[in-house]
Amino acid sequence: MSISIFGEIMTFLGKDIISIKDFSRDDIEEVLKVSETMVPYAKGHEKCKLMDGKVLSTLFFEPSTRTKLSFESAMSRLGGSCIGFSEVSGTSLAKGETLADTIKMAECYSDVIVIRHPQEGAARLAAEFSLKPVINAGDGAGQHPTQTLLDLFTIKDEKKKIDGNSITLVGDLKYGRTVHSLSYALSLFDVELNFVAPPTLQMPNEVVSYLKEKGKKVTQTSSLEDVIPSADVLYVTRIQKERFPDVEDYLKVANIYRVDEELLSKGKKSMIVMHPLPRVNEISPGVDKTPHALYFKQAFNGVAVRMALLTMVLLERW
Amino acid sequence: MKELKVQPIKNGTVIDHITSGMALKVLKILDIPKRDSNAVISILMNAPSKSTSVKDIVKIEGRELKPKEVDKIALISPTATINIIREYDVIEKRKVTLPNVVKDILKCENPNCISNKSGEPIEKKFNVISREPVMLKCWYCEREQSDVVSNILD
Repeated sequence: MSISIFGEIMTFLGKDIISIKDFSRDDIEEVLKVSETMVPYAKGHEKCKLMDGKVLSTLFFEPSTRTKLSFESAMSRLGGSCIGFSEVSGTSLAKGETLADTIKMAECYSDVIVIRHPQEGAARLAAEFSLKPVINAGDGAGQHPTQTLLDLFTIKDEKKKIDGNSITLVGDLKYGRTVHSLSYALSLFDVELNFVAPPTLQMPNEVVSYLKEKGKKVTQTSSLEDVIPSADVLYVTRIQKERFPDVEDYLKVANIYRVDEELLSKGKKSMIVMHPLPRVNEISPGVDKTPHALYFKQAFNGVAVRMALLTMVLLERW
Repeated sequence: MKELKVQPIKNGTVIDHITSGMALKVLKILDIPKRDSNAVISILMNAPSKSTSVKDIVKIEGRELKPKEVDKIALISPTATINIIREYDVIEKRKVTLPNVVKDILKCENPNCISNKSGEPIEKKFNVISREPVMLKCWYCEREQSDVVSNILD
C-alpha cells in the first residue's frame, strides 16, 4: 500500500535540510501539510512501503536518544531501513578519519544521511561532500531544524494555525538552540513572543534584534507570572547544567522556574505546554495528566514530521 | 630639493588610502611577496592624507594586480584604491569592492565551528552580510563575526 496524498512536491527533492533559516514560510507550510498526512502512518494505524529498498544512515557523533529513535522510527514506518552509529568510539573517526571521508562513505551505503555532531556547521560540511540529501539532527549549539518543524507542527496541529498566537518561551534562552531556531521560524508568522528567563540566560541580542527588525512584538522578562495569563503556548526548556563552566552559577538559576498545576490555573484553559525533552524538574509530573500537556504528543509528532521530510527529499511523488 | 620618502614606480600597482596600520595585513591577505619573487615592494605607513588624517600605501613594482585578487582587502580597508601604473602614469584607478563571499582569508571566531577542525578538506567561507560596516557570517556555523582583523589567517 502506498500513500498518495499530495501528488508531488518537488521543492525539497534532493535538497539538504540544514538550517531553519533556509526555509521560507511556504516551505514550512508545505512540510507541515505533508506531516499531517503522515500521522496515521506514524501511529502505525496504516502501513506504507514508500521507502521500500531505501536506506537511511544515522550518523550520531554524540548521543541523542529521542532524535535518533524518532528518525529510525520514521524510516521504518515508511518501509525503509536504517544503518548508523550513535557514538564515535569504535568508528573510523576514533582513528582520526575526517568528517568529509565519513560522509563520502555513508553516501555510498545509503540514500539519505541524518547527522548529529557536537560541532557547529558539521551538517553544512556534510552536505558539501554528499550528493545524497543530508538532514541536520543537531550540530553543537547551532541548528536543529527538524525539532523546529515538529514544534511548529505541534502548535499548528493543536491551535489550528500558528498566526495569532502569543508564544512564551521560558528557561535557558541563552544557550538553548531549540528556542533560537524556533524564534527565527516564528519570525515568519504573525505571533507575539514573550521571552522569560533570568537576566543571565536571556535570549541573545542578535535573535531579539532580528525579530524586532521583522516587526515582531517581543517582551523580555524574568517573571513567568506576568505573562502566563496571555500565553497561548508555553514552551519550556531545561536549564542545562553542562552549559555552565561554574556549578555555583548553575545552582543560582537551576530551579528558578517550575511549571505546575497552580501556575497553569492562572493561564488560559486552552494554553498548551510544550517541551523539547528531556525535562528534569521544570515541569511538575502533575501537569502530565492535564489537557495542557503537549510534550509527549510533541515527541510523537517528531516521527510524522521526519517521515514527511524523508519523503519530500527522496521521492518525486508519493 | 624635496626628498621623496618612497620613489614613484615605473610599472606595477599602487594600493592607496589603506586604513592606517593595515598595510602589513593587506600584504598578508594578498599573499605578497610571493615566494621566489624579487619584485620590489614599498610600504608607507601613517602617511599624511587629505581625506583622513593618515593612511598607509603599498607599492608593488612590476606586477599589475587584478581587481578580483585585490577586492578582498576591502575586508580590512574599505576605502583603499587600486592604481595601475605604466610608465609612471596612472592608467586605471578604482576603489576596492568587497565580494559577496570571502574565502580562505580568515578563520571563524567560533572555536567550536567545524571549519576550525584540522584536516577537513574545506575552505573557510564567509557570506558578506553588510558592507558598511563590514559584517561577515560563517558559511558553516552561521556565526556573525565580531572581529575580522584579528582572525585573519597567518
